[in-house]
Amino acid sequence: MSTITAETGIAAKPAPGVWRVRLRSWRRAATSILLAAAVYEALARAGIFAPALLPTIPTILKKLYAMLADGTMVWHASYTLYRVLFGFGLAMVVGIPLGILMARFKRVEDFFLPLVSALMPIPSFSLLPLFLLWFGIGNMTTILIVFYASTFPILFNTWSGVRSVNPLWLRAAGAMGADEHKLFWKVIIPGASPFIITGMRQGFLRSWIAVIGAEMIAASAWGLGWVIFDAKEFLSTDVMLASIIVIGFIGFVFERLVFGVLERKTVQRWGMVRAAKG
Amino acid sequence: MPQIEVKDVSITYETPSGPVQGVKNASFTMEPSEFLCLVGPSGCGKSTLLNIIAGFLTPTAGEILIGGNPISGYGLDRGVVFQDFAQLFPWRTALGNVTFGLEMKGVPRHEREEIAMEQLRLVKLERFASSYPHHLSGGMQQRVAIARALAYNPAVLLMDEPFAALDALTRDDMQRLLADVWRETRKTIIYVTHNVAEAVYLADRVVVMTPHPGTVKKEVPITLRRPRDPLSHEFLDYQKQLLQDLGEGVSKAA
Repeated sequence: MSTITAETGIAAKPAPGVWRVRLRSWRRAATSILLAAAVYEALARAGIFAPALLPTIPTILKKLYAMLADGTMVWHASYTLYRVLFGFGLAMVVGIPLGILMARFKRVEDFFLPLVSALMPIPSFSLLPLFLLWFGIGNMTTILIVFYASTFPILFNTWSGVRSVNPLWLRAAGAMGADEHKLFWKVIIPGASPFIITGMRQGFLRSWIAVIGAEMIAASAWGLGWVIFDAKEFLSTDVMLASIIVIGFIGFVFERLVFGVLERKTVQRWGMVRAAKG
Repeated sequence: MPQIEVKDVSITYETPSGPVQGVKNASFTMEPSEFLCLVGPSGCGKSTLLNIIAGFLTPTAGEILIGGNPISGYGLDRGVVFQDFAQLFPWRTALGNVTFGLEMKGVPRHEREEIAMEQLRLVKLERFASSYPHHLSGGMQQRVAIARALAYNPAVLLMDEPFAALDALTRDDMQRLLADVWRETRKTIIYVTHNVAEAVYLADRVVVMTPHPGTVKKEVPITLRRPRDPLSHEFLDYQKQLLQDLGEGVSKAA
């Protein structure tokens, strides 16, 4: 929306053709990805490595197509997504409210902050053997690993976000009769939203990384991590790489589309964070 | 009965280097629909006093009565406009900001939007109802803030240097607009400023404050007819007198 404010003559920043900018950024992304693929292809065809170890892109794509066609890839991806979304959802349910409570109430902060500081630097994978002993192979273990990996970025960012809510907003809202409950939903949550969304983004990324690792060790028969690890028994590098493409693709879709759109529709629209340069 | 009574209000801050008196024995009264300016140099406690009246700060002594009732904390009987443009909620449109107080009051959506549009018309921003604050200029944002504070119909409007961060030309516009808004709504307004010309332009009465500690030095009624001409002799005389009053206070304190 481009508006000239008649009274002051100050021009609000005009938005350039949004679609043109978006197209340009997609084209740029495609260029760098295609270039990297070309380098890989050249390497694979050069004959330096055995084709079984470094399959060409057409081989990988053929495998990918076959696995999509017979439905196995869809099942693997569904299992992985289920574990990620479950663990990530749990992390949001715990991380966001706890982060808010810590920022709002000194006693909650006093109790949880040392705990958070101590637990946060522990890599989630280091808990994997322990969880395996406790919960065995399967969804429980993988979901808990995902949960552990993503809770802290969500919690930490929410905590920072609530503390950085402009006190003037709280004052203004209080003066207009907002009680604690309304203050929470109508001011603190939207006011902290740039940080909360950043926390969700980081949390999702961590989940996505954690789930693949967890599945390699703690999943049976299904999951993208499992299928990659299992493929090494059969020297199926094409299966591995096909799965890696799917992993990258799903991660990309979430990062760019789900969180990108969420950000554009909220904090960017409100001018609380700037858009990335097109 | 006066609408507002400020009775012997004092506030003392505890600082690492001992207690500091922010405001000392400030007293004045206001009639309904009066426009009162609190004028003084920075550090004279005028904003502190406004914040006490708004209910954001609790005085260490004295009390404030609005309509005969002592205040405790903030309330919907007072609307507040701050200096900082960032006071608006960036996630709400201009209209959404103005409806906030009504929403808190539980006014149904349709009704509160109607009232809010009326307020936006008053500050000449009805065309920007659906704009987000970051698309508005500083002056426009302050007008939305005024509309927001008026929307739930408080008895008193408290304004803390609302135009101080604007450029001089915009500030003149805003002062004219505020004078019009006041004429139309007949709100009781307490307006804090360090700008003497602004005070003479807007106020029925100017309360001069001096620092260290913040005290009310004197009250100067402004009897000029409205709309006022800032270039007239009488206007300049008032300005001169106020500057003198302020100057004495400052040099005495220094």
